[in-house]
Amino acid sequence: MLGFVDAHVASDAWLMLRYGRRRAERLMMENAQVKKVGSLLEPVTSRSLSGNKVHFRWRSRVESIVIPTGAILVSLAAFGVFCALAGADPFAVYASIYKAAFGSWYSFQNTLVRAAPLMLCSLGTAIPYQLGLVMIGNEGALVIGGLCATVAGLQMPTAMPLMVQIVMAVVGMIAGGLWLAISGALKHYRGVNETISSLMMNYIAIAILNQAINTWIRDPSSLNKPASYPIPDEQMLQPIGDTTIHWGLVFGLIACLVAWVLLSQTTLGFQIRAIGGNVRAAQIAGIPVGRITLITCFLAGVFPGLAGMVEVAAIHGRANESLNAWYGYSGILVAFLARHNPLGCILISTLLGGLLASGGILQRDQHLPDAAIMVFQGLVFLVILLSESLYGKWKIFRERDA
Amino acid sequence: MSSAGIGWLAVPLAIVAGAFRGGTPFLFVSLGECLTEKSGKINLGLEGVLLFGAMSGYAISYKTGSPWLGVLAAACGGACLGLVHAWLTQKPKVNDIAVGIAMIIFGSGIAFFLGKPFIQPLAPQLPAIRIGLGDHVPPLDICPLFFVGVVLAFALNWFFGGTRWGMFVRAVGDKADAARALGISVWWVRTASIIAGSSFAGIGGAYLSLFYPGSWNERVSSGQGMIAVALVIFARWNPIHCLWASLLFGGAQALGPALQSVGVTSYYYLFNASPFILTLAVMILTCSNKHSLSGAPGALADRT
Repeated sequence: MLGFVDAHVASDAWLMLRYGRRRAERLMMENAQVKKVGSLLEPVTSRSLSGNKVHFRWRSRVESIVIPTGAILVSLAAFGVFCALAGADPFAVYASIYKAAFGSWYSFQNTLVRAAPLMLCSLGTAIPYQLGLVMIGNEGALVIGGLCATVAGLQMPTAMPLMVQIVMAVVGMIAGGLWLAISGALKHYRGVNETISSLMMNYIAIAILNQAINTWIRDPSSLNKPASYPIPDEQMLQPIGDTTIHWGLVFGLIACLVAWVLLSQTTLGFQIRAIGGNVRAAQIAGIPVGRITLITCFLAGVFPGLAGMVEVAAIHGRANESLNAWYGYSGILVAFLARHNPLGCILISTLLGGLLASGGILQRDQHLPDAAIMVFQGLVFLVILLSESLYGKWKIFRERDA
Repeated sequence: MSSAGIGWLAVPLAIVAGAFRGGTPFLFVSLGECLTEKSGKINLGLEGVLLFGAMSGYAISYKTGSPWLGVLAAACGGACLGLVHAWLTQKPKVNDIAVGIAMIIFGSGIAFFLGKPFIQPLAPQLPAIRIGLGDHVPPLDICPLFFVGVVLAFALNWFFGGTRWGMFVRAVGDKADAARALGISVWWVRTASIIAGSSFAGIGGAYLSLFYPGSWNERVSSGQGMIAVALVIFARWNPIHCLWASLLFGGAQALGPALQSVGVTSYYYLFNASPFILTLAVMILTCSNKHSLSGAPGALADRT
């Protein structure tokens, strides 16, 4: 944030200097109103102002651990009641889920394989949220990224595997990024609600995928389940060492770290958060809102696009309907549950990956329908979302000002 | 070519038939979403409500032998899920988009969980009203629920425009603070609107499992709940427009298969995206960053 004048504390003198007296006075008045409205910007400014005397805010840290933990316990209890009503032993059910998700190295690998696309997808919501946009186009970006990566991969059947993978990843990322940038552009230039337009774009992406795998790049040998021509085995993303975990997990971890650094440690990240806090104030401070909106939405789409590439190059080996496996929508929830913190996304994705991995076991071990795990997921999400309203309610977690 | 006798005429006919047949669930879900959004909240979870309605309608119809009781059960089931959504989304700091997506997972999870025993058996279906169109043309089978939906659309229109309660809903959706100053309980109005809206969507679900496609399985809904969100915007939050838009979207869905039946197959799958492309086009043409979408309830317009 070097050389950048904080929008919220844009000093009157600075406004005079920049805009001349008359306009500055008007802006000051607006700024005063903006201050009243824009309490959202508060955390940003308090952090940037406190500068060198940062005090560790342990109470809110503890709060942000206690509340989600409590929420997970409550949802476990609620699910236990549900299972008991359905005639199963709740504790045996918990044990089964734990065993299938985290119980052994083998099952944990399975969990991590599912967590990888979730991490990448969650960034598609978490990043634009800092800008004040609620984007739910992750599924579309994933599908388009996977499709374009497949097409790119199919063009070079004889190239070196590493070369193919790099090209696929880059193409997938660009395609996903452009796909979400469309929603960002519509928002900025036409004022189209980004939530709805990104939802529409998901369905358009799925239709394009279906059109492509049924006609343009259809492998005639895929009869029952239309699919593209396959990527040759030797060009696929290989597992790491002798595990079943593929490189997608590494991409996911790196992506979350990069996003965290980008948002919290760079000028661009600060500008993004300033716009998210108050667009008007950011404009007054001279932040190029349009350009940054487009860049942010592009970046947000890059990661789901990469997730699509990983799904194709590491798991399916071809583009087909399985690309549309709800990783994108689950990623939205991950982002909200992690409170749009990229590092939190890693943790929540792993938890959710565990739940997804334990899908079949309840049917085998406890004779519950396999949708039981979906009920559990829904319950966990609803309770955690509900717990959002508890932040700041208890006095004990309130910071004492020195 | 199955309908060789009438050739190309089959395309418009199939679209008309599809408009009535495929448009009915859109109609119910979009009226429900319209009511919800008029009160200032978005319910993306109607997809889950639709599935839950489809399951409960089918199950009750199978258990009692009366499809109409099934429809009633679907409406009640929808109302229950609506209550959860209403309660959660009105808590402070809880995002209604996220709750909607969680409700899709929860609602469909419950529906698949409880509905598992009902995938095999055949439940009594809703009756059809057959409308003949002459000798050469196959007759149209229309579900009575369609007419219920049409009446509901006009009733909602009258409700919003001509009744005190309708004015409360609009006031709460447009300016919650002003409504509060008038002594209207924002919480109750929103809760009632979301619950009623969800029960409409539940009826739409019962139509899916009890008339067309007329069976219960996990793929009975193909995103109709999500499409309805688009449709309400397309219809500019006007119930009567919701009716026309539902017919249009139902017809648009039938366009692909109809063209395929006469041998046009090249862009079959892209036609499935036509409702979304249409809605997006309407939004692009009518939105502007100078003013919000005309007709949008105030609480929603603030966010655009």
